[in-house]
Amino acid sequence: MVSFISRRLLFTIPVLLGIVVVVFLLVRSIPGDPCTAMLGERATQAACDAFNAANGLNEPIPVQLGIFLGNLVQFDLGESIRFSRPVSQMLIERMPMTIELSAAAFIIALLVGVPLGILAAMRHNTKTDVATMAVANVGVSMPVFWLGLMLAYLFALLLKDTPFSLPPSGRLSAGVSPIPFYEVWGRSVDPASAWAPVYEFLSNFYIFNCLITGQWEILLDAIKHLILPALALATIPLSIIARITRSSLLEVLGSDYVRTARSKGARERRVVSRHALRNALLPVVTIGGLQMGGLLGGAVLTESVFSLAGVGRALVEAIFSRDYPVIQGFTVIVAAGYVLVNLAVDLSYAYLDPRIRLE
Amino acid sequence: MINSARQRVLDLEKLAEESQFLEKPTSVWRNALRRLLRRKIAIAGLIIIGFWLLVAIFAPLIATHDPNRGLLGQPGITRRDPPCIYALGCSTEKPQHILGLDGNARDEFSRIVYGTRISLTIGLTTVTVAVLVGAALGAMAGYWGGWVDNVIMRIADVVLGFPALLLAIAIVAVLGPGLRNALLAIAIVTIPQYARVMRASVLQIKELDFVAASRALGASSWRILFGRVVPNALTPLVVLGTLGIASAILEAAGLGFLGVGAQPPSPEWGTMLSEERNQLFSAPHLVFFPGLAIMLVVLGFNLLGDGLRDALDPRLND
Repeated sequence: MVSFISRRLLFTIPVLLGIVVVVFLLVRSIPGDPCTAMLGERATQAACDAFNAANGLNEPIPVQLGIFLGNLVQFDLGESIRFSRPVSQMLIERMPMTIELSAAAFIIALLVGVPLGILAAMRHNTKTDVATMAVANVGVSMPVFWLGLMLAYLFALLLKDTPFSLPPSGRLSAGVSPIPFYEVWGRSVDPASAWAPVYEFLSNFYIFNCLITGQWEILLDAIKHLILPALALATIPLSIIARITRSSLLEVLGSDYVRTARSKGARERRVVSRHALRNALLPVVTIGGLQMGGLLGGAVLTESVFSLAGVGRALVEAIFSRDYPVIQGFTVIVAAGYVLVNLAVDLSYAYLDPRIRLE
Repeated sequence: MINSARQRVLDLEKLAEESQFLEKPTSVWRNALRRLLRRKIAIAGLIIIGFWLLVAIFAPLIATHDPNRGLLGQPGITRRDPPCIYALGCSTEKPQHILGLDGNARDEFSRIVYGTRISLTIGLTTVTVAVLVGAALGAMAGYWGGWVDNVIMRIADVVLGFPALLLAIAIVAVLGPGLRNALLAIAIVTIPQYARVMRASVLQIKELDFVAASRALGASSWRILFGRVVPNALTPLVVLGTLGIASAILEAAGLGFLGVGAQPPSPEWGTMLSEERNQLFSAPHLVFFPGLAIMLVVLGFNLLGDGLRDALDPRLND
C-alpha cells in the first residue's frame, strides 16, 4: 500500500509540472499585453518599458518560466498587476469561500443523492423509482447559473416576507463581519510570522470560525447566505450520485450472495443495509470524488450568479484584465487541488475495494 | 426410457432447426436499435431531440418576428414587456408576444426559436470534432503503445488535470471571445475523454483472434487499426458522445453566461440569459425561458445517452 501511494504521488508530479507549464504558456499567449490593459491604450513606450521591467515581463519567456517555477516552489506566486498585492494573499482571502461552497454542495449532494438512489433501487420499477430518476435526469440537465437565478428569484423575491426568505447575494449581510478566532481567544498574531497567513486562511472559513468561537448570529447569517449557492451547485452532482447509487445497488442486489442473504430469511431492509450497500457504494465513491473536482468548475458560475468573492470569479476577472500572475497562480492552485482530489479518490478506491490490484 | 431420451434429442434438434429459421442473424447495431426503441427513456429523449431539430430546421416558419429586430417605437411596445398571449386573456389592444420582449424590445420567442440552431450546432460540431480527434489519438495510443501511448496519454492527463470549464475559459481568453472559439475550447477540453475511452476499448480488442487473423493475412497496421479495431470499439464512444452533446451545450451556455461565448446580439441562450440577469427581479421571463430551453435540449440528449448506454451494454443483452 505504501509503495502504491508513493508511486501514485510520484506520478502526479509530471502532471502538475505539465499543468504549470501549460498555464504559463497559455497565459503568455493571451492577446494584448498587460501594460496596455493596465495603463491604458495610450501608455507611452517608456511607461510600458518601466512597467514590464517592474513586473519581470521584459525577460525572455524561458527565464520567466524558470523564475515562476523557482518562486512557486517557495509558495511565492508573485504580485497581482491589477491590485499590486501578493497573489498568495488573494488566495488566502478567496480560497476559503470557494472551499466552503464546494464542501457544502458536496455534503448536500451526498446526503440527498445517496438515499434517493437507495430508495429508487429498493422500489425498482415502481412509480417512486421512475419519479426519482426523472428528477435526477432533469437535475443533470439544468444549467447551474439558471438554477441559481431561479432559486434567488424564488427565495429572495417571491418568499420575501416569509420565514423561508433567503439572501440572493453575498457571503454575509452588509455590515456583518466575524471576529477571527485568534482575536476572540486573545492570541496576538505577529503579522510577520510564518503562521500569520495560516491563521488568516483558517479564520476566513466563516462557518468554521464562527462555530469554534460561538458567534452564533453571524454563523446563522453565513449559513443563510450559503444555502442557495450550495443548492444550485449541488444539483448536478446530486443527480449523478443518485443515479450511480441506484444502478450500482441494483447490480449488487441481483448478485448471488444477496440472494443467499434473502433466502436465509433476512428482511429486505437488512439485506440492503447490512449486505448490499457497502459493495454498492464503491462506484459512488469514485464518481463522487470526480464530482468534487468538477464542483470547482461549477463554482465559477455559481460565484458569478451570487456575487461571491471566491476563486472562480477572481480568476474570470483576472482573465479579462490580463492579470498574468493572478491567472497563473489561481489556475495552478485550482488545478493542483483538482489533481490531488482525484489522487485521494484513486487511493480511497483502492483501499475500499481489495480486488483492485495495487501493482 | 431410451425412447424418451431419443425423443428429447429429436425435439431439441427440431427446436434448433426452427430457431435457426426464426432468428435471422442480426447485427450488433440493429440489435441495439431494437433494444433502444423498447426503452421509454430513449424514446422520450428521441422525441425531445426530434422536436428541437424540427424547431431548428423550420425556425423561419415558427418564429413570429425577426429575432434581431428591436420593435421600439411601434405602438404598445415597451422594453421587457412580459409575455402577452391573447388566448390567456391578454388584452388584444397590445401586440401578442408569447414569451414577451427583451431589453432591446426584440421578440423573446423568436430569439429562442433561432437560438435552437446555435445550440444544436454547438453540441453537434464540438462533439464531432472531439470524437474524431480523440478517437484517432486514443486508437493510436492503444494500438501502438510504447512512447506514442505515453506522450498522448500524459498530455491527456494534463488536460484532464484542469476543471473543464476553467480550461475552456482560459482557452477562450487566449483565442478571444466568440462562439467559434468557444466551440474550439470545448472541443479541446473534451478530447482526452474520448481518447481515453477509445484507448481502453482498443487495448481489449487488439488482443482478439480476428485481429490476429488480419495480421496473419498481412494487413498493414493502419488498415488493421482503422479497418478492424476501431469499428469494433465504437460502442462506448457513441454513448459518451451523446452525453457529450448534452454537456457541450451546457458548457457553451456557461461560457455565454460569463460573457466569453457567443456575443450579443447572437440569440445564444446562455448569452441571452446573461444579458438580462440583472433584470431578474423585474423581468424574470427573460431569464426563465432561455434557461428552460437549455434544460430541455440537454435533457433530450441525456435521456437518449442513457437509453443508448443500456441498449449497447452487452451485459444487459436479452
